[in-house]
Amino acid sequence: MLKVKNIETWYDLIRALHGISFEIKQGDIVALLGSNGAGKTTTLKTIMRLFYDLKEEQPEKGTIEFLGERIDRKDTSAIVRMGIGYVPEGREVFPELTVLENINIGAYTRKDKKGIKDDLENVFHHFPILKQRTNQQAGLMSGGEQQMLAIGRALMSRPKLLMLDEPSLGLSPLLTKEIFGIIKDINEKDGVTILLVEQNVNMALKYSHFAYLMENGRIVRADKPEVLREDNDVKEFYLGIATEQSVKGYKRYRRKVRFR
Amino acid sequence: MPVGQLIIEGLAMGACYGLFGLAVVIIYKTSEVVNFAAGEMAMFSTFIAFHVLTFYQCPFWLAFLIALVFAALLGVFIEFFFIRPAKNPTLLGLIVITLGAELLLMGLASWKWGAEQQAFSLPVSYKVTYEPIKGFIISEWAIAVFIIAAIIMTFLYLFFKYTKLGTAMRATQQNKHAAKIMGIQTDHVFVFAWAFSSVIGLIAALLLSAKAILDPQFMMEPFLRAFAAAVLGGLMSIPGVLIGGAILGLLENFLGYAWPVWKPITAFVVIVLVLCIRPSGIFAKHYVKKV
Repeated sequence: MLKVKNIETWYDLIRALHGISFEIKQGDIVALLGSNGAGKTTTLKTIMRLFYDLKEEQPEKGTIEFLGERIDRKDTSAIVRMGIGYVPEGREVFPELTVLENINIGAYTRKDKKGIKDDLENVFHHFPILKQRTNQQAGLMSGGEQQMLAIGRALMSRPKLLMLDEPSLGLSPLLTKEIFGIIKDINEKDGVTILLVEQNVNMALKYSHFAYLMENGRIVRADKPEVLREDNDVKEFYLGIATEQSVKGYKRYRRKVRFR
Repeated sequence: MPVGQLIIEGLAMGACYGLFGLAVVIIYKTSEVVNFAAGEMAMFSTFIAFHVLTFYQCPFWLAFLIALVFAALLGVFIEFFFIRPAKNPTLLGLIVITLGAELLLMGLASWKWGAEQQAFSLPVSYKVTYEPIKGFIISEWAIAVFIIAAIIMTFLYLFFKYTKLGTAMRATQQNKHAAKIMGIQTDHVFVFAWAFSSVIGLIAALLLSAKAILDPQFMMEPFLRAFAAAVLGGLMSIPGVLIGGAILGLLENFLGYAWPVWKPITAFVVIVLVLCIRPSGIFAKHYVKKV
């Protein structure tokens, strides 16, 4: 469905993505994992062409294909129209619009009144709390509610692919679980393919069908979550389960790993 | 002291300032740029109306329509050729660009129509007056001002509250990035805002021109007053600007009656006082971004 081939993105003289390639199949939940500064958010922003303001040629190299059509030189709004929804990092709801206005503006690209109404019901079905708050200013809601609002807003464009940037950011473990449950629901019931960027590797591996591991602007691992879960390096560096013993019989204090 | 008349005249002037302040606010609402060229854009469009009216002997409504179209195009032109080409602009940079546009327009107007003063006649005159209640003398001009201000304000309120484009404009102002992600073509929103603002500015300028003499500088002072009204209203809220305008108009009229010498500086004293006491304006409501 989405094919990213060898893309490079530069911030002035710094190369943030060193040629990334990955693929997302229809109907999957794909996780893009990695620590801070690995380039996960940059990847999503490159796909959405949000760097257009800074530079017209971004990505500098490589191609991005969505549903067989190249989108790496398209306008953000055209990409949204093609069916990619994006929930940015840190939610970014419109603080001075009401909840309902926030949700409705998600359907900005659409004209079918009936479909919009159905989708609104669907969003309220996934997030019942939003229905109770329709007239509240979005900026006055809690972080979790704002996250739900951001996801609901993105769903209103009826995306075929939904990209979520750290949906668990700043949420309690319980709320994170709830959000992940809803994401799974959206994937299964609405048939939306999902690209999930996460730092919470444990959670992401639990819910995804396929996972990519990023480090320093490169993809270093690509495998099924069950496999990655059992991988010793992943275990130690991302899941925090250190089982490894050195030959001398004590745990090594620190080990540097480069996946390349 | 003719209190009634001072009130009515003050309110009418205030409505003009408020209306003109709206032109500033609309651009500020979408892009957080204070458009210092607003006055000269409106002046230029007014001159177009004047030109069509006097040199081609058109009926007033036709001249008015032509000027409206011209004002919209002028707004689009300035956004397109002055604001948009700026690469990675800062807000201050954009504001300076509007100052440049202001000087350019003023220069053009002086070159074309000369610096000498012209008379511009509206179909409504402030010399025709009625006195519905004893002591309250209201001119035809004031009636027109009230009606037009009410219509435009209602229209804008409904537009920003209920239409898709209006909501998109508010969304763009609050978070340009997120607006793009929603599929809003923010460039189009900006162009529209400039055209819209320019048209409203023209209407305000036409109303004001009845009281003033037409020359390339005639919108300078009203612009500053309108800006004061907008600051008073918080630069964001539409009703706020009109109320700010009304307060300013009344203050100016009363103080001007009591101490005529001080009339011109009333607006600036008001700006300074407001900025000292409530820096974000009287009617501003802003939410601090939550992490």
